[in-house]
Amino acid sequence: MTRAAYRRAFNGVFVVLCSIATFIALSALVMILWTLLSKGLGGIDGMIFTHDQPAPGSPGGLRNAIVGSLIMCALGMAIALVIGILAGTWLAEYGAGTRYGHVVRFFNDVLISAPSILIGLFVYELLVAPFHGFSGYAGGVALAFLATPIVVRTTEDILTLQPSALREAGMALGASRAFVIRKIIWKSARTGLLTAGLLGFARISGETAPLLFTSLGNQFFNAKLTQPMASLPTTIFQFALSAYDDWQRLAWVGALLIAVAVLFINIVGRVLARETHRS
Amino acid sequence: MGAESLSLPRRPHYGSGMNTELASPRGAPPGHALGEILFRYACLGAATFLLAALGGVVISLFIGGLPAFRAFGFGFLTSTTWNPVNEVYGAAGPIVGTLITSFLSLLVALPLALGVSVFLVEFCPPRLSRPIAIAVELLAGIPSIVYGMWGLFVLAPWFAAHVQLPIAMNFAPDSFVGKIFSGTPNGANIFTASLILAIMILPYMAAVFRELFLTVPPQVREAAYGLGCTPFEVIKAVVIPYVRRGMIGVIMLGLGRALGETMAVTFIIGNSHGFPHGLFDSGSTIASTVANEFAEATSEMHTSALIALGFLLFVITFIVLAVARLLLREAKV
Amino acid sequence: MLKMFVVGVGVLAIATTAAAADISGAGATFPAPVYAKWAEAYKAQTGVGLNYQAIGSGGGIKQIKAKTVDFGASDKPLKPDELAAAGLYQFPTVVGGVVPVMNLPGIAPGQIKLSGQLLGDIFLGKITRWNAPEIAALNKGVNLPATPITVVHRSDGSGTSFLFTSYLAMKNSDWASKVGASDSVQWPTGLGGKGNDGVAAFVKQTVGAIGYVEYAYAKQNHSTYALMQNKAGKFVAPAAPAFAAAAGSANWLRSPGNYILLLDQPSPAAWPITGATFILVYRNQDNPDAGAQVLKFFEWGYNKGDGLAASLDYVPLPANVKTLLKKQWAHSVTAGGKPVYVAK
Repeated sequence: MTRAAYRRAFNGVFVVLCSIATFIALSALVMILWTLLSKGLGGIDGMIFTHDQPAPGSPGGLRNAIVGSLIMCALGMAIALVIGILAGTWLAEYGAGTRYGHVVRFFNDVLISAPSILIGLFVYELLVAPFHGFSGYAGGVALAFLATPIVVRTTEDILTLQPSALREAGMALGASRAFVIRKIIWKSARTGLLTAGLLGFARISGETAPLLFTSLGNQFFNAKLTQPMASLPTTIFQFALSAYDDWQRLAWVGALLIAVAVLFINIVGRVLARETHRS
Repeated sequence: MGAESLSLPRRPHYGSGMNTELASPRGAPPGHALGEILFRYACLGAATFLLAALGGVVISLFIGGLPAFRAFGFGFLTSTTWNPVNEVYGAAGPIVGTLITSFLSLLVALPLALGVSVFLVEFCPPRLSRPIAIAVELLAGIPSIVYGMWGLFVLAPWFAAHVQLPIAMNFAPDSFVGKIFSGTPNGANIFTASLILAIMILPYMAAVFRELFLTVPPQVREAAYGLGCTPFEVIKAVVIPYVRRGMIGVIMLGLGRALGETMAVTFIIGNSHGFPHGLFDSGSTIASTVANEFAEATSEMHTSALIALGFLLFVITFIVLAVARLLLREAKV
Repeated sequence: MLKMFVVGVGVLAIATTAAAADISGAGATFPAPVYAKWAEAYKAQTGVGLNYQAIGSGGGIKQIKAKTVDFGASDKPLKPDELAAAGLYQFPTVVGGVVPVMNLPGIAPGQIKLSGQLLGDIFLGKITRWNAPEIAALNKGVNLPATPITVVHRSDGSGTSFLFTSYLAMKNSDWASKVGASDSVQWPTGLGGKGNDGVAAFVKQTVGAIGYVEYAYAKQNHSTYALMQNKAGKFVAPAAPAFAAAAGSANWLRSPGNYILLLDQPSPAAWPITGATFILVYRNQDNPDAGAQVLKFFEWGYNKGDGLAASLDYVPLPANVKTLLKKQWAHSVTAGGKPVYVAK
């Protein structure tokens, strides 16, 4: 076989392997979605968004859990995005190559692997025990702990790969570094930063363990961050492992809602960022 | 306007050497200087805050686990006894389970993630590219408890029926194959837990790989194609070296996720505290043990042993990441 | 974009259109469904919300000691000295049973008979096949298959495990010396499933498996259960009357601190693996209003909640026990020397 033909054949094998990998990933998705849909779709009715979670045998919905999750995820993501993007920017721009930068990057990676339940315990010691009460604030902070390292890591990776020509052009035109970073680099890295945020959100939207010891959960509707607050993952956790059919049905509906929410935010985010994405 | 340089852009090295104290270039409005300083210190503050937060977590875990460390000493790391009634605890089982499941899941997920992202960037018809990318990221949005339940109710029985039973029936228990794959054929074991973990970390890695590949300037890739490279060679010789640092970061991300994942693993790993005897034997991980027992642990020593396990997980992560970094630094020419 | 976030969060944080729950409690998973049912009905009647969250008996004990909740709940009663040390008072609310379930095709529910000693030996791993002579001795005439026995237990700590292992320790001296009783033990053999659900799933998926679950799970899943031999020597089926018989024949009057295990009670109709679940409150209430609300809620549960509890397969306490407990409240839960609430 000629060398060219060999290379082409090798490439052909490679294409097949990549396609198989994609196929495997998509089939896993399809199988899991199938389970979610078949068990969750049947349970969706008008009451899901208008009624709070019921006791077994009573009619109800998931309103308090949905609202609670939205509030706490919003709080968590707000904190995570602020701290995460700033810290990631520092790592990529100011601290790149410094020893301190190495240390921060390393410990950030360690934090990514922190089991969520331990983060929940830490926030419990910090924000629940001293104040003698569970609260939505504690839940939001615990979620922020989980999302921030992912945002930091991804932000740093994306910003580092922005072409230095952009920075040099900005500086050459007389802009300060902060201006260059904020108005040029961040802008050009917009989809990457969006991915960072989406990955962080995907991580925290389904987390149960850290919320158990911080926001506790609430059978009733509560939008006050100073009180225990319901959330979809904790409600799913409680309902899915129960013996009652109606509770289990609601659990699957909740799981489906989370997956749909992540998908929705994913699509919306990409559409919004499409204008500035450079091919 | 001249043609753009075709040299591979290198990472900017602003942090070392160059004088970066030119806060306000000549002729710029004076307000710039303050804004520059504020911004710089805001970023630094965020990074330091992160460090402090992690420090706080690790310290509080260490303090909480101290009673257990004092009581059992070094034996805590090597003993497989886990007896809440006699209050004797040993972490060897969960430690081994954590390491095996994480590495196995990375082994499975890495090639898959690479394959998916390469497919999306190079081979996929453009119109399909975005929907498939979104579909893969959707995997990341599925709550981990759903993975656990899916694993328990769907994967485990399938695995038991289609993989474990055929192996059990065709290989004698004492043979080499029989020994590696020994275990009760009900699908709840280290291997299936690793598979679930792999599916969980796959979307994170694939998503960021894809973003990284997309940052390669098209001119660079076109140049390679122009020289007659096949897509495989473009990937291997041009794209991957360009994004190498980022890829390492992604692998750390995936490994970190796998080490700490709780819910998905707890349902399907079989939860026995001893040393697993084979790949298809049940085991436990640190995260699953803490998740299982923390809520009900009443005695001081039990709670302390669980927190000590958590501290050990941080230590393990630390070591694994440090070693990985060292190895990769040497491999870089 | 960021500004939108912060403003949005702020607005939501201030939004107080709906009332928050008035009392909070946390603890055992076992009674969570019935407390949720009672709370729902109680709120409809009185407007007072009681938010109960199941974080485990250990969690309940921890949180009441940390005073982050108004009451704790535990499946495992605290001993009188522990109660005194923490300044707590405990009282039971409902009763339930733990049921051995198995996967044996061809065997109907209630066909197999077991004793405590035998069950202990099975879970110790001493008996490995279903047609072993020890099992056959109790089940003459039943066609027992030669399938190997796979033991399934709980991987997570739980009051159900506490009840089950306590019973085995009572009836099987080998179990008592080798394993002991607790909500989390070092199981000699078998698989660990997470929660009652996990155990039920493993049993369902493995032919020849035997596990233990709360009665509600056995009933809802139509599992194959075993008849157990009780103290009077009779083989009983797990059902609400059998649990009630166990609760009724227990010696509540002579149980200081209300520490009582309903295992192996003497009544001929009693199910041997029965247990009550308990509420923990402080003897001396810092907030008398909150304490009164807690007691009022459980008084309502005693007086009006029987039907709701039964609909979820829980067994209410016998009437005389309820009267006794309500009388206890007047001198057990006080603030500044005066009872926080006097029950009717």
